[in-house]
Amino acid sequence: MQSAQADLTVPQLEEMARRLRRDVITMLGAAGSGHPGGSLSAADIVTALFFRILSQNPRDPAWPDRDRFILSKGHAAPVLYAALAERGFIPKEWLSRLRQIDSPLQGHPSVRDLPAVEASTGSLGQGLSIGLGMALAGRMDGKAYRVYVLLGDGESEEGQVWEAAMAAAHFRADNLTAILDMNGFQLDGPTAQIMNPMPQADKWRAFGWHVIEVDGHNMAQVVSALESAREVKGKPTMVIAATVKGKGVSFMENNNEYHGKAPTAEQVEAALKELGGAA
Amino acid sequence: MRLGKATREAYGEALAELGAEDPRIVVLDADLSKSTMTMQFAKRFPDRFFNVGIAEANMVGIAAGMASCGKIPFVSSFACFLMCKAFDQLRLGVAYSNLNVKVVVTHGGISIGEDGVSQMSVEDVALACALPGFTVVVPADEEETRMAVRAAARHNGPVFIRTGRPKAPVVYEAGCDLTLGRAKVVRRGNDLTILANGLLVAEAIAAAEALAARGVHARVLDVHTVKPLDEQTITKAAQETGRVVVAEEHLLYGGLGSAVAMCLARTRPVPMRFVGLNDTYAESGKPADLMRKYGLTADRIVQAAEELL
Repeated sequence: MQSAQADLTVPQLEEMARRLRRDVITMLGAAGSGHPGGSLSAADIVTALFFRILSQNPRDPAWPDRDRFILSKGHAAPVLYAALAERGFIPKEWLSRLRQIDSPLQGHPSVRDLPAVEASTGSLGQGLSIGLGMALAGRMDGKAYRVYVLLGDGESEEGQVWEAAMAAAHFRADNLTAILDMNGFQLDGPTAQIMNPMPQADKWRAFGWHVIEVDGHNMAQVVSALESAREVKGKPTMVIAATVKGKGVSFMENNNEYHGKAPTAEQVEAALKELGGAA
Repeated sequence: MRLGKATREAYGEALAELGAEDPRIVVLDADLSKSTMTMQFAKRFPDRFFNVGIAEANMVGIAAGMASCGKIPFVSSFACFLMCKAFDQLRLGVAYSNLNVKVVVTHGGISIGEDGVSQMSVEDVALACALPGFTVVVPADEEETRMAVRAAARHNGPVFIRTGRPKAPVVYEAGCDLTLGRAKVVRRGNDLTILANGLLVAEAIAAAEALAARGVHARVLDVHTVKPLDEQTITKAAQETGRVVVAEEHLLYGGLGSAVAMCLARTRPVPMRFVGLNDTYAESGKPADLMRKYGLTADRIVQAAEELL
């Protein structure tokens, strides 16, 4: 069988999301640098994608008919690596080498160093264009695969995002789904204060997208939105997921100090305790 | 030397021909297809042509995504817009990811003329050379452009080709071959070597003719590929002629001259002179007037040669 879509139930997905969060904390603690806040806010979305939505095969990662996932907000790389490891695309031992020299797990996703990621990202604003290219290529080739792109709300301040938004609607790329991890923060502070990108839903609708708004930490809602996006014809779909930056670790939640700061050893221990399971 | 087609026109023709030969080829343009000449491909293969509107960054990102799915995208716009507006996308999406995207720019240099500096590109070759893994090509005339476009399509990896707006003098009257990374001796001589690419190849040949009338025999090399540089042919020329002039329609910083100097400094240091734009932009005007005013002519190459003799 080529396709090997993981088909976890919602409770199983919630448990998996908890594991990804634990992986993220452990990785960042070991690395000593990185971005916990935006990794944790995206954990439920990434879990739903890798363990329910994406049609992929860990034994054949280059399968041409696979669904594609692009982490446009590349600084959330730890949660992507955690998902790749838990899903069996890469050995779990690699996670402890995040950001170290000669490691495939670069600070931001690099397809050169880790072919299991679909695109090199980290310079914000580029992923949606790349995803659109993949979607258009799939349509030209008559392939049924779908493309998913995860964006940050701070990232949506980049002009290229809207170039891609306009083009995806113009080309009627209904095999493209974007997810906005709307955690309300960017590096310098709350997005509402730095450069307010709201209202998001109205903007995406005005650009010609089908928009679904969900609680990005309600697994059933996230799954349902991503599933229903498959049925939308003639336009791309944007799932706007309201999230909490640092979700799952009390002292990181809505605390922008942890945008780009790794937890100390003590904080790792405290965080893992909160997330359940021994350190 | 008779005027042939513009190199951008040759690009458009070659691309439309290639489209029939390889279904993997797709073309993207940013609302300049009538000027870049990708319109010819668009007419023949509308399903494989994407006009993304005036959005160069998005265009390069889309091309990267298509390339990762096995397509061979050719992206085109004016040199300044594509290289300056989409440089980050070329860097992260194409070069760093080593994707098989062909970047063919038109309206390179100052010879676009009247439209002026905002549409001119004097830095595109430097930018392309600053993308690791990119092959960087500046063909001299229509036939060489056709060969360059074909070679780019065959090459597995990112390629940059610079074409120009005005009709280009025909350097290769009897057609030509082109191997990426292999410079061509277009005139023999042992007194000095003139290296050039693009429109300056014709000027270099004219300069060599003027010098020959005075008994000085210049070798002329068409260094169409700036990266990877043909170090062997260039070093041999320096060794055998002892003097080198480099001429290009580009800023002196970061173009062919810099690349040749870096090579010869290591392999065979010889006295050198450089003809190009010296830390300046140009202005509006007739192309020939601009080339004269900014010193991109056979006369200027002769002067540079005389300084070495």
